Amino acid sequence: MFGKLSLAAVPYHDPIAMSAVVGSILLGIAVVALITYYRKWTYLWTEWLTSVDHKRIGIMYIVVAAVMLLRGISDAILMRGQQAVAVGMSQGFLPPDHFNQIFSAHGTIMIIFVAMPFLSGLMNIVVPPQIGARDVAFPFLNSLSFWLTVAGGLLVMLSLGLGEFTKAGWSGYTPLTEMQYSPGTGVDYWLWAFQIAGMGSLLTSINFIVTIMRMRTPGMKLFHMPLFVWNSLCTSILILFAFPVLTAALAMLSLDRYLGMHFFGTTHGANTMMYVNLFWMWGHPEVYIVILPAFGVFSEVTATYSGKPLFGYTSMVWSTIAITVLSFAVWVHHFFTMGAGPDVNLFFGVATMIIAVPTGLKIFTWLLTMYRGFVRFDSPMFWTVGFITTFVIGGMTGVMLAAPPADFVLHNSLFLIAHFHNVLIPGALFGYFAGFTYWFPKAMGFRLNEKWGKRAFWGWLIGFYLAFMPLYFLGFMGMPRRMAHYANEAWHPLLLVAALGTAAISFGLLSQIIQMYVSIRDRHVSRDLTGDPWNGRTLEWATASPPPVYNFARIPEVHGRDPFIEMKEQGTAYQRPEKYEDIHMPKNTACGFILGMAAFVLGFALIWYIWWLAVVSVLAMLVTIVVRAYDDDIHYILPAAVVERTENERFRRLAAAGGPASPPFPRS
Amino acid sequence: MKQKHGRWYTAVQALRTRLLRSRCLTATLAALTSLLAGCSELVLFNPKGPVGEIERFIILTAFALMLVVVLPVIAMAVWFTRRYRIGGGKEHEYLPKWSYSRNIELAIWLIPTVIVTALVALIWNSTYRLDPYTPIESTAKPVIIEAVSLDWKWLFIYPEENIAVVNELVFPSGVPLAFRLTSDTVMTSFFIPQLGSQIYAMAGMQTQLHLLAHNPGSYFGQNQQFSGTGYAHMTFEALATSPEEYSAWLDKLRQSPEALDMGRYEKLAKPTSGYPVTYFSSVAPDLFNLIIGKHCPKHEPEDSPGPRDQREPEDGSRAMRGEYSFKP
Ligand SMILES: [Cu+2]
Repeated sequence: MFGKLSLAAVPYHDPIAMSAVVGSILLGIAVVALITYYRKWTYLWTEWLTSVDHKRIGIMYIVVAAVMLLRGISDAILMRGQQAVAVGMSQGFLPPDHFNQIFSAHGTIMIIFVAMPFLSGLMNIVVPPQIGARDVAFPFLNSLSFWLTVAGGLLVMLSLGLGEFTKAGWSGYTPLTEMQYSPGTGVDYWLWAFQIAGMGSLLTSINFIVTIMRMRTPGMKLFHMPLFVWNSLCTSILILFAFPVLTAALAMLSLDRYLGMHFFGTTHGANTMMYVNLFWMWGHPEVYIVILPAFGVFSEVTATYSGKPLFGYTSMVWSTIAITVLSFAVWVHHFFTMGAGPDVNLFFGVATMIIAVPTGLKIFTWLLTMYRGFVRFDSPMFWTVGFITTFVIGGMTGVMLAAPPADFVLHNSLFLIAHFHNVLIPGALFGYFAGFTYWFPKAMGFRLNEKWGKRAFWGWLIGFYLAFMPLYFLGFMGMPRRMAHYANEAWHPLLLVAALGTAAISFGLLSQIIQMYVSIRDRHVSRDLTGDPWNGRTLEWATASPPPVYNFARIPEVHGRDPFIEMKEQGTAYQRPEKYEDIHMPKNTACGFILGMAAFVLGFALIWYIWWLAVVSVLAMLVTIVVRAYDDDIHYILPAAVVERTENERFRRLAAAGGPASPPFPRS
Repeated sequence: MKQKHGRWYTAVQALRTRLLRSRCLTATLAALTSLLAGCSELVLFNPKGPVGEIERFIILTAFALMLVVVLPVIAMAVWFTRRYRIGGGKEHEYLPKWSYSRNIELAIWLIPTVIVTALVALIWNSTYRLDPYTPIESTAKPVIIEAVSLDWKWLFIYPEENIAVVNELVFPSGVPLAFRLTSDTVMTSFFIPQLGSQIYAMAGMQTQLHLLAHNPGSYFGQNQQFSGTGYAHMTFEALATSPEEYSAWLDKLRQSPEALDMGRYEKLAKPTSGYPVTYFSSVAPDLFNLIIGKHCPKHEPEDSPGPRDQREPEDGSRAMRGEYSFKP
């Protein structure tokens, strides 16, 4: 009846796991109680959970990313804490099996459940208005993508209190993840969480490719698109080509585990090395999938805050395209030490180094955008400059690892860990934070508190250096990654410094939580009445903050890059149309939510071998899909009168604010 | 076989030569090396064999080369931040429309390209030279060692001596070591940081590694590829000795009461962590190949499957290795 599931699956004996479980449950109860107390269930259901509005979905994505970021950082604190004490005679506070689960969860969560939803959230909030569109191409698919991501995240969270998470690392190398070596449910949790969330990302990518290719406002050519849109397009293309490889690899691993097949084991002609290849054929592009949107943010932020167009737009676009193409030709640099010949290693080493060219160009481009500008140093610029100065170090160590002979001694050491955190924290996370601060007023209608935003930045920046610079040196000292315990006393002092870094990062994170609280408290003071708080250059600032459900009452027409600046200069930015028209909008639907939850139940059933439940959830999905497919009533018409009323309200607010914001810097 | 190289290759070679002769680079490298070697705990900068020495050279040269871009970028970031920020003090010209300059764009494509070309030149030969499968040139006859990774311990078989040892590796210094590696469990990576290169050990397959220690000494060795519960304890001592000490050690092993027959091996292969150093005075015939064969039934010793073909390359890469000797 319940497959492998029994009460023994709850980790009663583990105080750390149990306190996490109890904490999560209490938090969940508190949230439910608050919603019930304020009678917000109907509102939540009709306005958010069933919403197909890209702005709402974007916000929900970022909420998911934020929640998972807390979990990911808690894991990081535990790991750094363990390595700070588990030296010599002391075994630390985490037994190896628990430590192994924690670092596996940390990697999985940070990549799949923080970076991916964060970038999807930013893309959702920003891309449609930046191209002057009213929604994404497939609004229902968008909702489905989101709920599939949630389903995967729920599985990861569930593994805390029911069974265990994988102990085999986030990359799930075979044969360690084969049944013979990992018989528990942990690998299955990892497998299905990855698989289901990956499906969500794949659907998102299709949605955004079509949106960007087909739904640009009249006059917007490809080479007029804002850089964030370009980067979103390239990220989506990368997802489209890379994720199916992951899907296939995980499917074959599932066949190995569930049906005793031999794709990646050690016997019967299985090929372990094939898994490693397939994983990184996805895994390397994945790095650029999470980084490119952040690069897009930096381009937008630098231009806006410098009061200048981005320097070298065309070069920037081509460098992004070059990265997109090249990132499929470098995956072997993750395993130079697997015994491939020097010809193979050299090819992939050189290809990897070549990626440094377009990436290096980008860095110069951002710097030259600041050149002879009037740069407003708000917190998005802090994140940007912090990124530039830190990321170049990560790029440098990346090129060192790309040299096969150097990799032979640096591979799988803490040097590697330092390198990829040095790329991903400034390169992705700082970019997301910059974008979050920059577009927050657009999405929510009020600004974030700057004081706490800057404190958060310093916490993160200093914390980053403290936490990861020592790891470079530990790599030179020969310390491998993923050690639950070590005997070498010489490594200890630097690991203590790294643990201190985690504390500083925690301060940064805490500042962000306080920032959120303070900003919401002061929202009446910091309201963005104009829709254009930063003297923006692109179309998303041409509408209200937050934008009405239809984004633009009249679809704007553009003639070049930075269209909103042009409109403002020509005085056409805030013109009312002579006449408003009816607008077709997609209706909200519960189907995405239902399908996502069914996917969650399916994952759960497969993890615990509850076959009847798996069948039921698949049937539920099929029924939902059929019902949705036969539903012709998926649009509604927003009457012109309502549009007019909404727009009038906006212009009234604009007038109350004393007209559009004037540029806060001198014009020459 | 003599090879004709394209113009591209020749250019890369010329650049490499110039690079290696550059006085500035040499001085920087010397300074870096002595600075880092000062801290003996930074084992990668205190290599004890030729492989590690070249690897140190590559790491430091790549580092120095990249500083050529990295330092100016950091300087520019700091300078522009101070110079062009609102309220940054000094008056400056404001170019609200400036976004294009052909020459500057050309330069920012070219600067990284030049550095990357130099880096490619740097790794071109050394990637061949440091191929772990390439034997180390020496007049001494290499010691052959068969390494097997188990859960969670290392078994080293000395086929020429018909002895085996768990979690300890003893070998004469100054003599090349020819490792053949496999795994009777999940994927692992055999690594002695101070001697240089690591290589994966994988079930049903054989990989190779060649190392050498210049001088006697004790170095730590470990598994560098996460392999499950006991992974952190999969360490061993690598002891480079004088020839006399080495023969004494061999004699000691031959006295050991334990023999590594198949039954004993099966017991040894069971998952344990913190397995004590254990000596075996004899080893079941062809044990190493039998272990590979466990996972790969079609396996025949002469044709051990590996991540790549075992046969020596007949031309190409080998000729290149001979032709361009690489001297850091
Ligand atoms: Cu990569």
